[in-house]
Amino acid sequence: MEHLWLIPAFPLLGFLTAGILGRRLPKAAINAVAVGSVFLSLLWSVKSLYSLWPLEMAHVERYFDWIRVADLRIGCDFAVDRLTAVMLLVVTGVGLLIHIYATGYMAHDNGYPRFFACLNLFMFFMLTLVLAANFLLMFVGWEGVGLSSYLLIGFWFLKKSATNAGNKAFIVNRIGDFGFSLAIFLVAMNFGSLDFGAVFQGLGGWPVEQSAGTLTLVGLLLLVGAAGKSAQIPLYVWLPDAMEGPTPVSALIHAATMVTAGVYMIARTAPIYLKAPMALEMVAYIGLATAFFAATIGLAQNDIKKVFAYSTVSQLGYMFLGVGVGAFSAGIFHLMTHAFFKALLFLGAGSVIHALAGEQDLRRMGGLRKKTPITFWTLVCASVSIAGVWPAAGFFSKDEILIAAYYHAPWMFWLGVVTAGMTAFYVFRAIFLAFFGEYRGDAHPHESPPSMTLPLVALAALSIGGGLISVPRWLEPMFPAPEHHSPALVVISVAAGLTGIALAFLFYVVRPGLADAAARHLGWLYRTVLNKYYVDEIYNATVVEPVVEGSRTVMWETVDVEIIDASVNGVAARARGVGQILRKLQSGYIRSYAAWVLLGAVAALIAMGFAGGAR
Amino acid sequence: MPQAVPLSWYLILSAVLFTLGVAGFLFRRNIITMFMSIELMLNAVNLSFIAFSYHLKQVDGHVFTFFVMVVAAAEAAVGLAIILTVFKNRGTLQVDDISSMKD
Repeated sequence: MEHLWLIPAFPLLGFLTAGILGRRLPKAAINAVAVGSVFLSLLWSVKSLYSLWPLEMAHVERYFDWIRVADLRIGCDFAVDRLTAVMLLVVTGVGLLIHIYATGYMAHDNGYPRFFACLNLFMFFMLTLVLAANFLLMFVGWEGVGLSSYLLIGFWFLKKSATNAGNKAFIVNRIGDFGFSLAIFLVAMNFGSLDFGAVFQGLGGWPVEQSAGTLTLVGLLLLVGAAGKSAQIPLYVWLPDAMEGPTPVSALIHAATMVTAGVYMIARTAPIYLKAPMALEMVAYIGLATAFFAATIGLAQNDIKKVFAYSTVSQLGYMFLGVGVGAFSAGIFHLMTHAFFKALLFLGAGSVIHALAGEQDLRRMGGLRKKTPITFWTLVCASVSIAGVWPAAGFFSKDEILIAAYYHAPWMFWLGVVTAGMTAFYVFRAIFLAFFGEYRGDAHPHESPPSMTLPLVALAALSIGGGLISVPRWLEPMFPAPEHHSPALVVISVAAGLTGIALAFLFYVVRPGLADAAARHLGWLYRTVLNKYYVDEIYNATVVEPVVEGSRTVMWETVDVEIIDASVNGVAARARGVGQILRKLQSGYIRSYAAWVLLGAVAALIAMGFAGGAR
Repeated sequence: MPQAVPLSWYLILSAVLFTLGVAGFLFRRNIITMFMSIELMLNAVNLSFIAFSYHLKQVDGHVFTFFVMVVAAAEAAVGLAIILTVFKNRGTLQVDDISSMKD
């Protein structure tokens, strides 16, 4: 027993303390509780992993039976294997840095205790998701992170756009969860268990499906769930809007951890996908399409957080591509490095926003290099990393994915390379617009406090050096991957990244007018991209509007008003009508009542007479 | 031993008294009179109970009569108290003026 349950228990305690007593506690106490609980989680994770070293086999801990129906037994079980170990360290490690950052970023907010309560609640559910040893417990964490995501996106609930974004995230995720829950039912039906170990053992008897079958269906339904949580086409629309939440939330939940849950889930259920190659192929297609599509949108966004949001969608697409082409360890590797550099990008963006008193528009930034040097240099580290330049962390993980894609299908590699070029371009576009040239706003930029810059520096170190942590080798026992060495491909993908950077440098530093000219030249294409391909509008017209309109005309005005309300009111009206007639008997004159009694008695007597008298 | 009064005479007297009670209850407007009519009806019933009891040589009728008398006494106590209160509050004993239950 390693008492794994303690890992999520610490943040839960933090949530309860900050949530119940928050208003009565001083800020320092909340800091200590919130940051301390995550720190304890990290410590306990490290301690558990240390004593379980080298973790060749999954270590399962069974606490109690949660549900027992007939032969189906669903326990409250936690498990750790090498995959979980990576996730545990990423979640608690990056989570800790972001908690520290948030104590600085949120310092002046009235909802301070509520913010950290929700953040700790998120950590609890995320760790439950990661540690769960069966599908249902994973689903609990899955839903829980969705809930805390909703709470935190709508954190500034007085802002209509924030609550709308929260609703959107929650509702879009419902669609994905619908797929996930159907997949769970199918697994329970076919395997009689929801335990990962038992299900994967039961898989041994199943053939690899050459055409669509049960496992393919399970895989596709899981993919629907993963696409919802990890913001893949066609369910990605909630993630860019989710940037309405505070920036530490964007960094922790909507970049580093929660949105990668889909990738984790697919890697976790890899044995199912390996038996269902069609479903796995679909994962790759969805991932590649999302990576490319979101990257094109990212090219034209002017809100710094929106740029990074689309970048997140795009990078998640890369991870899907990785697991989809069978390189599960590469996908998880990219998940980890992405957690580092994307958390850093968001925290850096938050630092910039903090410095400019809430300004998020890139067109009203510029020249911040001198004013906020730490933010600038750390952001450059993150950007170099995401662009895939050697020797930053992003280089290693992205190359693993692209090379695996090449050996799966060369065209996937080329599309991935183009996407990598665009990635480098839009990220450096944001950097150049924000930090170079002349300052175009009217705030007084200042560097952020140490509580914010220290996590930035730590994450910068991880973004650069994180590639040395060889996740693929660590995951080798779980996901054996063929070793591909291809210097040519590596050179091509790095060249694409460098080209992107160079183009961004040309467009936004050397010849600042060039970008506008190009935008004017491309006219409708630019406008389409700027408006995100009108996807929100299309969804509005094809899904949202019909549902709202149908709800109003059919469900409300017909079913509710004319059937339910009408029947209830009708019954009441009939009762009143009968009462109107009967109340005439109640004259209030005692003598009339007496007369009725007499009449009744006489009538009874007559009736008895007809019936033959009393006998 | 003189010839006993036949049962039917008692019953006829009882019926007459009861009808008088009913008529009085229905047609008089004064609450006191109506109250007395009720007593009349009760006693008419008592009379028939006693007559049957004597005729059938059974004691059940006596028991019932005592019950009726007890109830009548209790009713008189409560009823007169109500009538007093009504008179105090309304200043009238005309039963048709006391019809506020209608509303």
